[in-house]
Amino acid sequence: MSEPAIALTDVTFGYADEPVVRGVSFTVGRGEFVGIIGPNGSGKSTLLRLMSGYLRAWRGQVAVDGQPIERYERRELGQRIGVVPQETSVVFPFSVAEMVLFGRTPHLGGFGFERDSDLAAARCAMQRTDTAHLARRVITELSGGERQRVILARALAQEPAILLLDEPAAFLDIRHEVEMYDLLRDLQREGMTVVSVLHDLNIAALYCDRLLLLSEGALARAGTASEVITYRTLTEVYGTEVYVAMNDITGCLNVLPLSREHREQLRERFKGRSPD
Amino acid sequence: MPRREPHLTRERFVRVLLVLAALLVVAVLGSALIGSEHIDLLRALSPGGEQNVDAVILFRIRLPRALMAVVVGGALAAAGTVLQALLRNPLAEPHLLGVSGGAAFGGVVALILGGASGVLPAFLVPVGSFAGALATMVIVYRLGTVHGRLQPYTFLLAGVVCNAFTGALIMALNAVADFFQAHGILFWLMGSLQAQSYWLVAASAVYLVVGVVWLLRHTRELNVLSLGEESAAQLGVHVARTRRVAFAVSSLLVGAAVSVSGMIGFVGLIVPHVARLLIGADYRLLLPASVLLGGIFLLLADTVARSAFGATEIPVGVVTALCGGPFFIYLLRRAGGADL
Repeated sequence: MSEPAIALTDVTFGYADEPVVRGVSFTVGRGEFVGIIGPNGSGKSTLLRLMSGYLRAWRGQVAVDGQPIERYERRELGQRIGVVPQETSVVFPFSVAEMVLFGRTPHLGGFGFERDSDLAAARCAMQRTDTAHLARRVITELSGGERQRVILARALAQEPAILLLDEPAAFLDIRHEVEMYDLLRDLQREGMTVVSVLHDLNIAALYCDRLLLLSEGALARAGTASEVITYRTLTEVYGTEVYVAMNDITGCLNVLPLSREHREQLRERFKGRSPD
Repeated sequence: MPRREPHLTRERFVRVLLVLAALLVVAVLGSALIGSEHIDLLRALSPGGEQNVDAVILFRIRLPRALMAVVVGGALAAAGTVLQALLRNPLAEPHLLGVSGGAAFGGVVALILGGASGVLPAFLVPVGSFAGALATMVIVYRLGTVHGRLQPYTFLLAGVVCNAFTGALIMALNAVADFFQAHGILFWLMGSLQAQSYWLVAASAVYLVVGVVWLLRHTRELNVLSLGEESAAQLGVHVARTRRVAFAVSSLLVGAAVSVSGMIGFVGLIVPHVARLLIGADYRLLLPASVLLGGIFLLLADTVARSAFGATEIPVGVVTALCGGPFFIYLLRRAGGADL
């Protein structure tokens, strides 16, 4: 059996004194599409940063392709793992082409110019993300959707085997959101391992093979969408009642928020019984 | 002219730097011929030794001074360019961060100690400036990083505070120093590139070249560092290590500049901006282009400072601020850019 792409064993980490991630263990298989969900402040982004090697665990171990992450050189990790952060603030007027070529940094040495293979990788990444026509534009002048596609192109230019994304569609409209996840699914079908933090539970149910639900830094539940997205679990972890139903068209679960009046009606109707 | 590639190519790198280097040479020669005393180039180049007044003015006074302006301008511009990337803030520059102030304070202490002990101030002042610049940078760096993460705003604020603090210390020293010392201190602080020897020019040029070569080798890292620490780390950069050395190298450049020319402002702020507007943001080209442009800018400013008012010379820092400010605003308001 092949090594899992990423394996976390009892990982604990905190920025100051309090741990933010507490004893989390799970594995991500090669070519899997895993979603990390959970309430605000549950440690999703921190977990992703531990998986990218940006943060080092206090306790426990993060392994990439079977090797402890701290055994890798930074550059080696950059060649294996591409990261799309939630938001990228760019201060200086880099062109889109320059921005995408920065993805080649882990493949290049000190001072020098990009080789043809680097340019080809960047060009390919820009075609995949539909950003080739933006090449000459200045990154600071792009819309949020365009900019996020450029950042994804940068991660793809790294030619990674693993893609980590932190709410990549947080600021995108619905069309750009599904286009982004459609592309991620295409990449996954070509063999890429994808781990994404998601805010939108519907998107999570629609695209992910497996979901990890975090609650206060600990793993509350892991499994397929139908195992994780249940009325009981979500109500417990998010602290508010939600409406969970099967979507006839997609066959995936839908999660809908409820206003206070509706939550009260719901509680009245079921009187302590689970509406699952 | 065909539209340039949207990324940096070897051809463009070479072309832009050659154009700037040519402009620099023209500026040096032109500046050497301009001044309150008219000199004749042909007569200056003819033999005559000490009796040839034109040759003495050209080769002993104006040329070394012009070269010094180039070196100091290049060093200040390089430091500003790098600090802007490290702090991800286009307002970062050696003065704002207190590094120049620290270097000046160190220099003033050296002037006073040198005066008291009789040790050659020419030797002590650079040591004091380097120590002052580095010490300030270390203090600001410590204050501006929390849990190993650089906080740009805290960093800038710490710099502003350090700047005010060293300014106050300098004034205090100046107040207690005796009249002649105080005069010397003020004169040095105001910033002048006057009466430089070739030996001093060469010594400063060594710092500039060593520093810029190191920085140049790390311009790819500087590019991604300007995107933020997390992005840089994930693109394979050793953030803490690169950042620390880059800060140290820029403070050494500032220390070298301040020790020979006192406080000359605005170069580190304006030049990187102008360079970015002209040639784009890629640090591989931006850094060397800023060095050359910084040299040209300070040389022009110094030429104005020593020749615009006849035999009376005004401090070059006054000129850099007076022309630099409006030009900067003009550039900011102008649309477009990155065409060269």
